[in-house]
Amino acid sequence: MSSDDQKPVPVSPADAPAAEPASETTGETGASLPALERSVMGSVGVALMGAGLRSARPLQKIVLGSVGAGLAAMAATGRNPLATALKIRQTGDGEVLVSDGVTIGKPAQGLYAVWRDLPNLPNLMRHLQSVEVIDERRSRWTVKAPTGTVSWEAEITADEPGRRLAWQSLPGAAIENHGEVLFRPAPGNRGTEVVVRLAYRPPAGSVGAVVARVVGEEPSQQLRDDLTRFKREQELGFAPTTEGQSSGRAAGGQA
Amino acid sequence: MKAIIWQGTNKVGVETVPDPTLLLPTDVIVKITSTAICGSDLHLLDGVIPSMEKGDILGHEFMGEIVEVGRDVKKLKAGDRVIVPFNIACGLCDPCQRGLFSACDNSNPNHRMAEALYGASGGGLFGYSHMYGGYAGGQAQFVRVPFADINAHRIETDLRDEQVLFLTDIFPTGYQAAEQCGIQPGRDVVAVFGAGPVGQFAARSALMLGAAHVIVVDRVPERLAMAEAAGCQTINYEQEDALVALREATGGRGPDHVIDAVGMEAHGHGPGALVDTAKQRLRLSFDRITALRWALLSCAKGGTVSLPGVYGGLIDKVPMGAAFAKGLTFRMGQTHTHRYVAPLLSRIESGEIDPSFVITHRAALDDAPELYRTFRDKHDGCIKVVLNPWA
Repeated sequence: MSSDDQKPVPVSPADAPAAEPASETTGETGASLPALERSVMGSVGVALMGAGLRSARPLQKIVLGSVGAGLAAMAATGRNPLATALKIRQTGDGEVLVSDGVTIGKPAQGLYAVWRDLPNLPNLMRHLQSVEVIDERRSRWTVKAPTGTVSWEAEITADEPGRRLAWQSLPGAAIENHGEVLFRPAPGNRGTEVVVRLAYRPPAGSVGAVVARVVGEEPSQQLRDDLTRFKREQELGFAPTTEGQSSGRAAGGQA
Repeated sequence: MKAIIWQGTNKVGVETVPDPTLLLPTDVIVKITSTAICGSDLHLLDGVIPSMEKGDILGHEFMGEIVEVGRDVKKLKAGDRVIVPFNIACGLCDPCQRGLFSACDNSNPNHRMAEALYGASGGGLFGYSHMYGGYAGGQAQFVRVPFADINAHRIETDLRDEQVLFLTDIFPTGYQAAEQCGIQPGRDVVAVFGAGPVGQFAARSALMLGAAHVIVVDRVPERLAMAEAAGCQTINYEQEDALVALREATGGRGPDHVIDAVGMEAHGHGPGALVDTAKQRLRLSFDRITALRWALLSCAKGGTVSLPGVYGGLIDKVPMGAAFAKGLTFRMGQTHTHRYVAPLLSRIESGEIDPSFVITHRAALDDAPELYRTFRDKHDGCIKVVLNPWA
C-alpha cells in the first residue's frame, strides 16, 4: 500500500494534460450533434412531418407528424435528447467521450509498466482482441465487433513513464479514436489514481452511441469493469468469484 | 448437503444441494455447527431487498469447523473451530486496511449491480442478494468462506456455540450502533427503537459504554420485558405516544442519541405507516420509515441518530427540517464486524455479557421455513432462532 518510491506530483488543474489529445477529451457534458447528422436528421424530420400531414389515417398523422417534429427539433437545437438523457458525452465535433478512474494501492511506476506493455492491453481492456506492436510508436489494434473484428493502426503520442500514456488512431482508422491513461499519486498515501480518458467517433453518429448504450455494448461500462478488474488483479492477484458455487438452481443442483 | 433456499418472496424451503467446493486458493470450507436466522433475513423473505435469485442459499450468522483449506490460506487449518461474520472482506484494500470491512473494494464480484443502484459497491455479504456479491450463505451444513484468513475467526476457548455465534452479526451490529453515538459516560441518554435482537444488543452495548439511561421502544411485550431485564426503561408505542413518552422520560430534552434498530420494514401505525406500506407493496418506495421519522423527531439537539436497521432504497417524507434544525449527526451502514470480534469476545470471556440471553428458539435446519414465519410474525414469543444443521 506504499507509494514511497513515487516522486510527489502535485495534482492540480495545471497537472491535467494540456497536450493535444487530452485537451479534447476533457470536453463538455451532454450530447451535441455533428453538422452532417443534424442536416440528415432535419431533412428526414421535415419529410416525415409532411407525410404525416398529408396522411388520411389519423393515427399515421399523429405518429409520423410527431416523430418528424421530434427529429426536426433535434436538428434545429443540435441536441440528441436520448443521448443527453443517457449521459453520453459528445464534443461539438461528434466524438463520444468516455472517462473513469480507479484508485489502486500500488506505486504508479509498476501500474504504468503494465499499460505500457501494449500486447498485454487485451488482458486489461476486454473488448480488445489484440494489440500488435509495429515499431517504437505505432501499433495495430483489433477489437471484437458484432460483425467480426475491426482493426486500425494507432500511434503513441505521449509517453511519460509513471505518469501518462496517450495514443491516437492513424488516419484511415475504421473507428477514429484517441485516449490517454494518467497515473497520479492518491492523496494520503493511498497508492495511485489511474484515470482513463477515451474519445471515439461512433460509426453511426450519436444514434449509434445511443443504440450501443441501450444494448449494453457501451464503452463507459466496459471501462469501469476494466478498471475494477485491473485494481483487483493488482491488489489481490485474482478476481473474486462465486462461479461454480453451490445453489438450489438447476445448474448448481446437478453438480 | 441440506440448505435453506430462497424460493421467491415469502417462500423459503429446505433443499438438498451440492456440497460447496474450494473455488479459489484463499477459500476454506466450514462444516457448520450452529447457524441463526437474522432479522435482516426477514427483509429477504418479504422480498424487499433487490437482486435475490431463486435458488440462493440464505444465512449470514454461522460458525463451525474447518474441513478443507485452500493452498494460499496461511492462518487456518482443518479442525479449527471458527466463527464467520457476515461481511466478506479482502483485507488488502484501503477500506479494509482502515477497518471499514463492509466497504471492501474487492470482494464483490457483482460490483456492477451495486454501482448501478448505489453509485458504489460495498463488500460482499454471505447469503444476502446478488448486489452484495451473490455469495452462498450459511444456513446449510457446509459453506465456502472466501478470503478465509480475514473472514474466519478462530475460537480457542471452550465457550459454547451459543455464546460466540452472535459475534457474526447482531452483537457487533448493536455494539457499533451504540459506539458510533459517541456516548458520554454517565451523562447521555440513549433511546433504541426496536427491541428485536439487534435492539437488545444495542441497548446492552449502550449500557456497557456508560449511557446514563437507556430507553427501549417497541410494541411486543416479551421483547420489552427482555430489555427491562437488562436495566432499560421501556415504552410500548401501542399504549402511549412514543414521542411524548420520550420527552417526559428525558425532562423534555429528548434522548441524546437515538438508535433505529428497525430499518426498512417499520410497523408503526396511523396514516403515515399505511401510506408507507402501500408504496412499498406497489414498489413506489422500498422502505417503510416510521422508526426513522420518530428517531429524527425525538432526538435531542446536537444528538446522533444511528441506524443499524437496514435500508435498501428510496425514502421520502423524511423530516429533514427537524434533523437540520437540531443539528443531528447521522451514522449508519453495514457493520464492520471483523473489527469487533476480538474486543467483544473478550467481554464475553470476562463474563460481562452472555449473548445467548437473546435465544428463544432452538431447532433443526428442517424447521427453518416455519421458524422464518414465526420470527417474522413475532409469534410464540420468538426473538432469536438458532438452528442445528445436523439435528
